[in-house]
Amino acid sequence: MDDIKYSSTHHQHEHSRTNYDDQLDYGTPASQSDAQVTLIIDDREITVPEGTSIMRASIMAGINVPKLCATDSLEPFGSCRLCLVEIEGRRGYPASCTTPVAEGLKVHTQSPKLADIRRGTMELYISDHPLDCLTCATNGDCELQDMAGAVGLREVRYGYEGENHLKAEKDESNPYFTFDPSKCIVCSRCVRACEETQGTFALTISGRGFESKVASGINNFLDSECVSCGACVQACPTATLIEKTVIDHGVPEHSVTTTCAYCGVGCSFDAEMKGEEVIRMVPNKNGGANHGHSCVKGRFAWGYATHQDRITTPMIRKSIHDEWRVVSWGEAIEYAASEIKRISAKYGKDAMGGITSSRCTNEEVYVTQKLVRAVFGTNNVDTCARVCHSPTGYGLKQTIGESAGTQTFDSVMKSDVIMIIGANPTDGHPVFASQMKRRLREGAKLIIADPREIDLVDNSPHIRADYHLNLRPGTNVALISALAHVVVTEGLVKEDFVRERCEWDSFVLWRDFVAKPENSPEALADELGVNPELIREAARLFATGGNAAIYYGLGVTEHSQGSTTVMGIANLAMATGNVGREGVGINPLRGQNNVQGSCDMGSMPHEYPGYRHVSDPAAKALFEAAWGRPLSDEPGLRIPNMLDLAGEGRFKALYCVGEDIAQSDPNTQHVTHALESMECVIVQDLFLNETAMFAHVFFPGASFLEKSGTFTNAERRISPVRRVMTPKNNVGGQGYEDWEITAMLSKALGYEMHYKHTSDIMDEIAALTPTFKGVSFKKLDELGSIQWPCNDEYPTGTPTMHIDGFVRGKGKFFITQYVPTTEKVNAKYPLILTTGRILSQYNVGAQTRRTKNVAWHHEDVVEIHPHDAQERGIKEGDWIGIVSRAGETVLRATLTERVQPGIIYTTFHHPQSGANVITTDNSDWATNCPEFKVTAVQVTRVNQLSDWQLHYKTFSEAQLAFAGRDLEAAKID
Amino acid sequence: MDIQRLISMANQIGDFYESYPDQNQAQQGIAEHINRFWALAMRQQIAHYVSEQAGTGLHVQVQKAIAMHLKV
Repeated sequence: MDDIKYSSTHHQHEHSRTNYDDQLDYGTPASQSDAQVTLIIDDREITVPEGTSIMRASIMAGINVPKLCATDSLEPFGSCRLCLVEIEGRRGYPASCTTPVAEGLKVHTQSPKLADIRRGTMELYISDHPLDCLTCATNGDCELQDMAGAVGLREVRYGYEGENHLKAEKDESNPYFTFDPSKCIVCSRCVRACEETQGTFALTISGRGFESKVASGINNFLDSECVSCGACVQACPTATLIEKTVIDHGVPEHSVTTTCAYCGVGCSFDAEMKGEEVIRMVPNKNGGANHGHSCVKGRFAWGYATHQDRITTPMIRKSIHDEWRVVSWGEAIEYAASEIKRISAKYGKDAMGGITSSRCTNEEVYVTQKLVRAVFGTNNVDTCARVCHSPTGYGLKQTIGESAGTQTFDSVMKSDVIMIIGANPTDGHPVFASQMKRRLREGAKLIIADPREIDLVDNSPHIRADYHLNLRPGTNVALISALAHVVVTEGLVKEDFVRERCEWDSFVLWRDFVAKPENSPEALADELGVNPELIREAARLFATGGNAAIYYGLGVTEHSQGSTTVMGIANLAMATGNVGREGVGINPLRGQNNVQGSCDMGSMPHEYPGYRHVSDPAAKALFEAAWGRPLSDEPGLRIPNMLDLAGEGRFKALYCVGEDIAQSDPNTQHVTHALESMECVIVQDLFLNETAMFAHVFFPGASFLEKSGTFTNAERRISPVRRVMTPKNNVGGQGYEDWEITAMLSKALGYEMHYKHTSDIMDEIAALTPTFKGVSFKKLDELGSIQWPCNDEYPTGTPTMHIDGFVRGKGKFFITQYVPTTEKVNAKYPLILTTGRILSQYNVGAQTRRTKNVAWHHEDVVEIHPHDAQERGIKEGDWIGIVSRAGETVLRATLTERVQPGIIYTTFHHPQSGANVITTDNSDWATNCPEFKVTAVQVTRVNQLSDWQLHYKTFSEAQLAFAGRDLEAAKID
Repeated sequence: MDIQRLISMANQIGDFYESYPDQNQAQQGIAEHINRFWALAMRQQIAHYVSEQAGTGLHVQVQKAIAMHLKV
């Protein structure tokens, strides 16, 4: 630009400052200050925010200062002594990483003296470092190597014979990375990453002087507190901490940015490749949700994509008691289509339906619901959000007008009070939890409502909940009412906000309701099992402590009153004025990667894409015109309705894409009976999952590495999924992405979907969905990710919603009457079972069980309070039988005071655990979301597996044999 | 579908509206919820149960809501 070329130097550095290079390491974090400081580094004038380090300012000016212990994801440390500079008028050689800029400074980064010091420092490092660069795993990708070159090190005068660390033993205990202390330069980057980035504090520097070394716990990494997030590996400037895959295969040759297929955080990753082989997944520093951080699942647990259990050929069979027949794609599609046609003719179109998964991309969900609505001719399409966050969609639509969280993840950095209800972020949403922990260490207050003592209560370093409201499972609504009672009766309502932003009449009704004496913490104390004074103090803190944000999970939604609690949360946020700016808000932590997206894409039986009811004539007309088919204006069946009707012989055909209802849905025996009763079950998946054992057609799907599309995370962030390898289902030389399989089925049913590429599907979504109007693959390439709504008004997306007004206009309060669940304890079933997740495993475990993550969690265990265990003669590690009104299963017990007396807890990551054999048909009043979190049970010590487990073992072994598979996956012990 | 299942689902919806001071509003709310979220066959079955079998087991409000406001 001419004006820059001829203007003052001031403008020149302005220009360089705006040229932020997202691939560069600036050495120290960016300063958030608005004040600007101008200084001269070498001969260049530069203006930077106050508080910026001289190192960062230099790099911004295009001057590379040598560094080893500094990286811009961590606070400066000043230990490596390479980044020293000279400052005119100051004495000595200050470290540029720890020295902030000041107005008018004149800094020199190069001088004979500085070169001499740096060379001398490097000489010392290298005198105790193996000289095996040519055979080292990070050859060509090593900062130590680069710095030796940069400072011109030519010889080591001390020799290599003296005392050194070269024979230090490697720690290879972690399944994914190796710690080789012989290569360590004790820069502390790993220790600091574990503290600052991850917040686990598992690493430390033990010893002093020459004895200093990085230590993880007492024995090794695997036995330590380490959660294997990979932050230390990412931070290490040498080959000390390195992925085993890089040791095995060498440094990757190209990389493609994509999005993790695990939880609702939706981390951006660079898939680093050699040809079509993934060498490592590296968290993307510019990822909007993760900012360069990761967890053990996304960072390391992607090996399932090439696991030998993958089924890569289509298969069909007449009966589930027959062997599978491997067929061509053409034959499989034709057979499935002929069965759909036959069943439609015989039983009617409403005897058929489809289920999508939150593990599918937006585009896959969209085409599947289009197939069901436009081609099957029914609205019987549902998604697995039914069994997790459907109450969020309902409750937030009713109150604030949009079925989505209100904030970005980054918003938490401006929160003063964080309230977590029924969520366990360190296990379920680990990367966001790290950010939340950072804010908590900075001093934000923490309120946790959970029956169980999650790690954030008192088991995370430097974090302790201010209030742990350990309510009884099933009493969330009573708690929300009690909190609201305090806010209302103690005059803590932000009345200005309510008058301006909300429907006043609805507020008055709600206010009068919660103010009733029966909603006071004291009146509800027995029901809740929580000291009323704690509830009062927590409510006061929430209402008066500054920016207050609510984060919640399935502990809110998976109840008979899940939707009521969601509405209660919205009531509380509105009444205290905590919506519509950063630092506050209603934040549903979505379980899976694309829960938000699958709901957005119209996979609920009553809604088209963009949450428009099927009875809305305008929406119906729009989609009829776009799709060229007549559509039904009647809401379709939800998953539990489909299963109920199937069991009665009235629902006959199911197209199930990426979901595993036989493991993830409640009352397993009810589900499997329904599946057995259908005439055509089509399963599209990577593996012969539990549902596929009841299927007649199997379409092998493509993993997230084998297809393109988008996922939408918990903060409405649409992120690209990019294809890095050919789909493995390439029988006959042609592999298919999942949407292509759906399109082939559609064509065989007489309706052609004219898409050439996944981007065409997104273009159709954008054309038909106002909140997606501005979204395209091209824009995603340009911006990296986009938070919807993205339209003409907000062309680059909307990080914070409801800023000037609620999407529905005025916010609406709803009365939230507490109704105790019918799932009650009694003499026969005296304990309550509640369920949850664990960090290393994911959902039904189909992916993570097929990775080395089993090193951390190879079986589901039951947590039981020592008091309950003692009464029943149960000891640590005993097999215990768990009986509910729905069924019985047997799991190993572990004794812990994390759970209260009267409550037991387990996970459902392994099918043979049968956790859902015991959960019941009870469900949320508004959405039929199952009441996974409350099951009345009895437990006893036993010596053998339950009848269900024995049957499962026989059945699943037979099913695996029908598919020509070995029996590994069916092993129980 | 098993009528007991539908009865308990409908009663649960009724429970949500139980504390509404305006009973007409509550009945409309119950019916609107069922109209918007239940498939036609399920609505017809519960409406038939109310008209032919007096809706035994359904809460009074729910019976009224179904009798007066359900779209079938």
